[in-house]
Amino acid sequence: MRERTFRLEILTPERVVFSSDQVVSLIAPGVEGYFGVMANRAPIVSQLDIGVLQYRTPGGHWEYIALGGGFLEATGNKVTILAETAELSREIDVQRAQEARERALQRLASGGPDVDIERAQAALRRAMARLHAVQQSNSFS
Amino acid sequence: MATAKEIRRRIRTVKNIQKITNAMKMVAAARLKKVQAKAEAARPYAQEMSELMARLAVSAVDVSHPLLEQREEKSAAFVVIGAERGLAGSYNVNVMQHALREIDKRSPENVKLVLVGKKAVSFFKRRQYQIVAAVESRRLDVSFSDVERLTTRVRSMFEEKEVDAVYLIYARFVTPMKQLPTTLQLLPMRQPTPELAVEGYFEFEPEAAKLLAALLPKYLSTQVYQALVEAQASEQGARMTAMSAATNNASEMIETLTLAYNKARQAAITKELTEIVTSSEALK
Repeated sequence: MRERTFRLEILTPERVVFSSDQVVSLIAPGVEGYFGVMANRAPIVSQLDIGVLQYRTPGGHWEYIALGGGFLEATGNKVTILAETAELSREIDVQRAQEARERALQRLASGGPDVDIERAQAALRRAMARLHAVQQSNSFS
Repeated sequence: MATAKEIRRRIRTVKNIQKITNAMKMVAAARLKKVQAKAEAARPYAQEMSELMARLAVSAVDVSHPLLEQREEKSAAFVVIGAERGLAGSYNVNVMQHALREIDKRSPENVKLVLVGKKAVSFFKRRQYQIVAAVESRRLDVSFSDVERLTTRVRSMFEEKEVDAVYLIYARFVTPMKQLPTTLQLLPMRQPTPELAVEGYFEFEPEAAKLLAALLPKYLSTQVYQALVEAQASEQGARMTAMSAATNNASEMIETLTLAYNKARQAAITKELTEIVTSSEALK
C-alpha cells in the first residue's frame, strides 16, 4: 500500500530551510515531550523545545534536523514549523558544534558572577542537539 | 575666459568623478539585489507568524500579557533606523526629519532613543535627546539573533515601565527610487485580531495563553527584522538612484565642458593666425 504523505515546511526568520510533500511521519521535540505526527493529523499548535526533529520519507529513510526551539502547526495535511534556528544534519559543522559545547561547559563550570547561566545552558543544549542530529543520521543511514 | 588647458584639466576631473559614481551605482545595485533576496527569504516566516498569532487570538479568550499592556503614555522610546553610509541622496535626512517630527510631539525629557546606523547616530549626537543605545552594523548580513538582542533591550525598557510605548521609525521600500519614512508602533503590541483565522478546532500544547506568551516576543523580533531588512533595501535603492543621477550629471557637464574647450581651442588658433598674418604684413 502506498504510504500516506503530508507536506512539511520548516521556516526560520532568515530563510526556508526545508520544504517537501514527501513526508510520512515526524517526531518533534515539544516542550512537554517528544511527539509524533503522521498524515492528516488533527489540527494542533505546539511549542517546540531545543532538540532534534526527525522525519521519514516514503522509502523508510529518516532525516534529522537540529532545532533551536520554535512552534509547530499542523492544519489540513500540512505541517509548518517556525523555528528559531534549524539545520539539516548534513549542513551541521561538527567541529563548530563541539567547540560551542566545550565553551558552554567551561562557562557553566567557571560559575562566575557574570555568567548568564540560562544563556550558557541554552547554548549547551543547542550544541548538543546539533551533535545528536549528526550522530543519529550517521548511525542509521 | 578659461584657457584650453584649464578646461581640459576640469574635464579630466569630472571624468574621474563619473567613474567613481558609476562604480558606486553598480555596487549599490548588486547589494540591493542581495538585500531584496534576503527580504524575500524572510517573508514566509513572517507571514506564517501572523497567521499563527491570529489563530491563537481566537482561542485564547482572555489575553493579558505584559507586552500587550496599555498604559497612559508619559514617555516613549523610538527605535530609529538610519543610513549606515553616506552618499545616498536625501535618504538619511528624510528618515531623520520624519523621526524629528514624531519626537517633537513630545517633550525631549520623555523621549529615549535607540539608534541603528552610523548616520542616525551622528545626526542625533549633537541634539538634546537621551540616547540609550546605538547600534552600528557595517555588515549587510544582519542576523536574526542580532535583532533579538536589540528587541530584548527594548522589551525590558517597556516591561520595567521606563517607557510606556515603543515606536519604530524606518524607511519602507516602495521602489528603488521611492522610500517612505514610516512609524510603526512596536509596544504595547496590538491585540492580535482574530478575523484572519480559519475555522476549525485546534489542539494547543501548552494551552493557548502560554503559547501566545511565548509567541509575542518572537513576533516582535520578526517585525523589527523585517523593518531592518527593508530599511537596508531602501538605503541601497536610494544610493543607487543618487549615484545614477550623479553619473548622468557628470555626462552633461563633460558635454558642456567639451564644447567650451573646442571653442577656446579654436579662438586660440584664430588669434595666433591673426598675429602671424599681422606681423608678416608689418614686415613688408
